Amino acid sequence: MLDFPRWKVWSICLTLGLAILLAIPSFVPEKTTATWPKWIPAPRINLGLDLAGGSYLLLEADTNDVTAARLDGMREQVATEMRRGTPRIEIGDISTRGGQLSFMVRDATQVDAARERLLPMTTGAGLTGQRDWDISVINTSQFVMKPTEAGLAQAVDTAMGDATEVVRRRIDELGTREPTIIRQGKDRIVVQVPGLDNPQALKDLLGKTAKLEFKLVDEAATAAVQTGQPAPVGTQVLPYAEGGAAGGRIAVQRSTIVSGEQLIDARQAFHPENGSPIVNFTFDGPGGRRFARVTQEQTGKRFAIIVDNTVISAPRINTPILGGSGYIEGSFTVQSANELGIALRSGKLPVALKVVDESTVGPDLGADSIRAGIIASAVAVAAVVAFMLVTYGRFGVYANLAVVINVAVILAMMALIGATLTLPGIAGFVLTIGTAVDANVLINERIREERRRGRNVVQAVELGYKEASRTIFEANVTHAISGVIMLLLGSGPVKGFAVVLLIGICTSVFTAVVFTRMLVALWIRKNRPADINI
Amino acid sequence: MRLLKIVPDNTNIRFVRLRFWAFGLTLLLSLAAVGLTVTKGLNFGVDFVGGLMIEERFQTPPDLERVRAAVDRLGVGDATLQQFGDPKLVTIRLPVQEGADEGATNAVVRKVETALSAQFPGATFSRYATVSGKVSGELVKNGVLAVVLAMIGISLFAIFRFEWQFGVSTFVAIFHDLLMTLGFFALTQFDFDLNIVAAVLTIIGYSINDKIVIDDRIRENMRKYRNMNMSDLVDLSVNETLPRTVMTSVTILLALFAMLFLGGHVLRGFTAAMILGIVVGTYSSIYVSSSLLITLGLRAQPPVDDDGKGRGRGNPRAERVSAGQP
Repeated sequence: MLDFPRWKVWSICLTLGLAILLAIPSFVPEKTTATWPKWIPAPRINLGLDLAGGSYLLLEADTNDVTAARLDGMREQVATEMRRGTPRIEIGDISTRGGQLSFMVRDATQVDAARERLLPMTTGAGLTGQRDWDISVINTSQFVMKPTEAGLAQAVDTAMGDATEVVRRRIDELGTREPTIIRQGKDRIVVQVPGLDNPQALKDLLGKTAKLEFKLVDEAATAAVQTGQPAPVGTQVLPYAEGGAAGGRIAVQRSTIVSGEQLIDARQAFHPENGSPIVNFTFDGPGGRRFARVTQEQTGKRFAIIVDNTVISAPRINTPILGGSGYIEGSFTVQSANELGIALRSGKLPVALKVVDESTVGPDLGADSIRAGIIASAVAVAAVVAFMLVTYGRFGVYANLAVVINVAVILAMMALIGATLTLPGIAGFVLTIGTAVDANVLINERIREERRRGRNVVQAVELGYKEASRTIFEANVTHAISGVIMLLLGSGPVKGFAVVLLIGICTSVFTAVVFTRMLVALWIRKNRPADINI
Repeated sequence: MRLLKIVPDNTNIRFVRLRFWAFGLTLLLSLAAVGLTVTKGLNFGVDFVGGLMIEERFQTPPDLERVRAAVDRLGVGDATLQQFGDPKLVTIRLPVQEGADEGATNAVVRKVETALSAQFPGATFSRYATVSGKVSGELVKNGVLAVVLAMIGISLFAIFRFEWQFGVSTFVAIFHDLLMTLGFFALTQFDFDLNIVAAVLTIIGYSINDKIVIDDRIRENMRKYRNMNMSDLVDLSVNETLPRTVMTSVTILLALFAMLFLGGHVLRGFTAAMILGIVVGTYSSIYVSSSLLITLGLRAQPPVDDDGKGRGRGNPRAERVSAGQP
């Protein structure tokens, strides 16, 4: 018991001293820590949105979109491949109904050749080696292609990965501070933006798929549509953007001249003549050349600028647009033009995202909560410290030292691992202060007991620590079980609470058992008391 | 300096003798809790039922009826108004907007805000949340799953480290704590939201802490006094650990009361749940779980290895000794 080698004393003191130092930066204003030299580590505790104020959004992708896009893509690919290869294979009755692609090969002798051509278009998906499409032939010449589960899962996964990137780029462009963007589960993205008390602009921005297309306007069909006739084959009818030109709907050719993928830049500017907000854009080389060729051939006609299947504007081509750049005019405000610019240059979302869960905390409430939390924690520490002192005297002082150091170590650990302190986290913190003394209460009560049984001071202290340690271990393991479950299954606030609780359990066992034992041992060794007041 | 002793030395309270009274009381309270939960129901927060929650801060305490009228006029569904503690703070809850997308929900938030700030100058929202029905369903599922898994995990740990009787008594005790908490929330109609699930799990964790300490002492005494009558042994163990039980409960309650009064309104329900949990958990670890051990027929076990890690199973000699016990 009294045998506490010097190296042990030093290593315990160094560890705890270091932890306390690491806790300090969280209390110093950020401006101050920014001026510190680089070599001083200054980890800070992240404040959760409920404390810092800000917005939390849970975005969910519509996975049906991905399925539909895959079918459409495959349909294009099949049609092109069959036409392009030699010999040309004539197909018909192509349809994408019922979640599968089916088509007929007109010449039944070409079925095998068609299958040969289809195979390279399907690849392995996932770890199981399963292919991403099932191909079957029914009624001798009817092909049915069905996307497999594995293939779909992989497609969703890729789409979500890309979508997360796009979301990140868009939020970065907004210039918000330290956003957190995390993919969650199969089809969700969590977005947390601190200090943003009006999330509307953010949601407007994230809600845009930003699929940009340039298509030629079919004047005859538009006239027909306006008199109530159906659109002819090869054209589609699209609505105008809100507040746009009269007429409401316009017919355009299905084939795209240039699409957003060929865009290299888009930003808000002002119209050189009337000063209204516009969006300037620039295409890459191939896109620019294509745009130039079409505008040369179609001078005098109109083309439509389409974003997310809505026509923004349909200007007439007065002169060919050769430089690969132009502008989009519409009924924009500076803000909406800016948002469209951001959306376009951050790329299009591969899948539409929907906000399914949202919460916003005003900055005032956050500040109030922090203040209340700090006061409550301080009062809790003071009350517990006073109580321990009057109950255990000298041993209470040791336990209190352990509690105070424990508080610093928890803060340092949280700052180091980048854990986020939330409002329930503060509650977890207060609770930890209460339970942190439990280990010392156990030890001290045990020492009291052993003294009553007539053991001498050293024996009583030794037995007290030994017997209590086992109980402390068992009690904390069970406590940790509930903490781990909260961490695994909880969401948001529950997680924040669990993190603090788990860190608190680890650090309190160390400070309560190892650190106080060292203090007691050093004191007894030095003074050799014949009796202790406990 | 004379030190404070809340619990005098060498108490000898006959807890076990009172256990039938305690069982009766426990049964009565449990039935009351179940009854309350079933009849009054829990006041689920938006986390769990989905919907929209706006917390509005007013300059002066508003007339709730006027606030309700202002919101009702908007025709966005039945509003539930709540006021806790601070009279300037009103929580407005609205049901999930039927078949609407996010745009509509936002429009509602803005409508309510505009209407309120027009009628009550200086009113500002301090936070709001919208949860879709789908997400709330998952949260409920995960919350229930978390509590059930925690109960099973802890009970299994108790079975592995102690005896099966400890596992069962622990499980029953946690169940009891859970019922009491639910009853409390049904009675007070505090918001039952995700935070409360965290509180419930913490209560479980704490109450288990308490039980393990007592169980540990029972096991230790079972080895020490192999011929002692089981009810005397439980009494002795509970009495020996009583100072610690009371001390720890007091320190935690000190901390929690500081949180209840000073920690701000957002956490009030959460803290209240924990305070109740500490009281209930302490009661259940003394009465429900320790006394249940006797009912379950726990017998003193043969000696196991000194460090208490083994359980004596698979040791034929030990089994024989145990068979000879009364």
